[in-house]
Amino acid sequence: MNPPTLTLSAVSHTYGRTQALRDATLSVAPGEVVAVTGPSGCGKSTLLLLAAGVLRAQSGRVTVAGTELSGVDDTARALVRRRSIGLVLQFGQLVPDLPVRDNVALPLLLEGHPAADARAAADGWLDRVGLAVGPDTLPSELSGGQAQLAAAARALVHGPALLLADEPTASLDTRSGRALLDLMLATTVAAGGAVLLVTHDNTVAARADREVRLRDGVIEHEVALS
Amino acid sequence: MSLTELHLALLAGAPRHGYDIKQEHDAWFPDSRPLPFGQVYATLARLQRDGLAEVVETRVDGGPERTVYALTDAGDERLRAWLTEPAPPTGTGAEEIVRKTIAALHTGIDVQGHVARQRAVHLRRMRELGQVPPGASPAERLVREHLIAHLDADLRWLDLATDLLRSSPTPPERTHS
Repeated sequence: MNPPTLTLSAVSHTYGRTQALRDATLSVAPGEVVAVTGPSGCGKSTLLLLAAGVLRAQSGRVTVAGTELSGVDDTARALVRRRSIGLVLQFGQLVPDLPVRDNVALPLLLEGHPAADARAAADGWLDRVGLAVGPDTLPSELSGGQAQLAAAARALVHGPALLLADEPTASLDTRSGRALLDLMLATTVAAGGAVLLVTHDNTVAARADREVRLRDGVIEHEVALS
Repeated sequence: MSLTELHLALLAGAPRHGYDIKQEHDAWFPDSRPLPFGQVYATLARLQRDGLAEVVETRVDGGPERTVYALTDAGDERLRAWLTEPAPPTGTGAEEIVRKTIAALHTGIDVQGHVARQRAVHLRRMRELGQVPPGASPAERLVREHLIAHLDADLRWLDLATDLLRSSPTPPERTHS
């Protein structure tokens, strides 16, 4: 059996005096889709940001594609993020000054791919997510839903080993949301990637192989769905 | 129960015999119990008696005799009248989840386990229903969507129920009159 793509071992995190996550342990295997669910403020997004290496675990260990994020410096952590992780956050979070197309091409550009190839790949993914933009269209010209589509394209363009998505369909209508989720899951799983979805939407959670339920920063239960 | 009107709807497209009606019904409602032949024939006999359907042909193609039924004008009128009335806004027979949850909350017996197991079976069913077979008709997809929406509503209700429990951790006192 292949080692997990993502492992969290006894991870805790506090913001000031507020404990957002306590002793969370979970793993996601290659080709597996795991949904983290729970009410608002239960620690779902914190868990995702820790898995992404955006937040540094204050205790416990986070391992992504064989690298323990807490054991390496910021540069090495950024490298794991860039190479192995695709991250889709709720509001897109695109770089405002870069054209949408370059935002999508960014993971490839940062890895030193020729600009023409990276932009061609970006065009391909923009087409797949169903977003038509000109070469100079800026993120400020997009609606919330369109920004989410662009963020998804950016997360998929480099074929990440780990796709992390926080409410990835929240700004989209039911049909577009479902189409985007189909694309994200099918593409990543077919390539042997692992997916961690953070959602409060049961219809999204029902797409996963396993549900991890959080409440008040603690994993309340974990159930297999497939 | 709107079995009469449903049979009228199944006859509305074209005259059909009993076997066709059963097949068409089962394709329309893939998640329902298949319609028993006996029920189809009994309903058709009733429709004919009440002037809502009529026999237009009796086919014998080497096999068993098949009686073909068609909608009458009265049948068409009845069908249209039925479709103009909205369905009552009642639940969908998911009462068991309400009974079990309320009982678990009142008794405090393994509430967390109950929630975990209930979420698991609901999410698994939603997952199965979401896997639409290739070539499914738009109507079949819609039936699945309806079921998924109800399961989702059950789960949201379950969340609300457990949240309420947490905000009042002692089980409610019984009042005796």
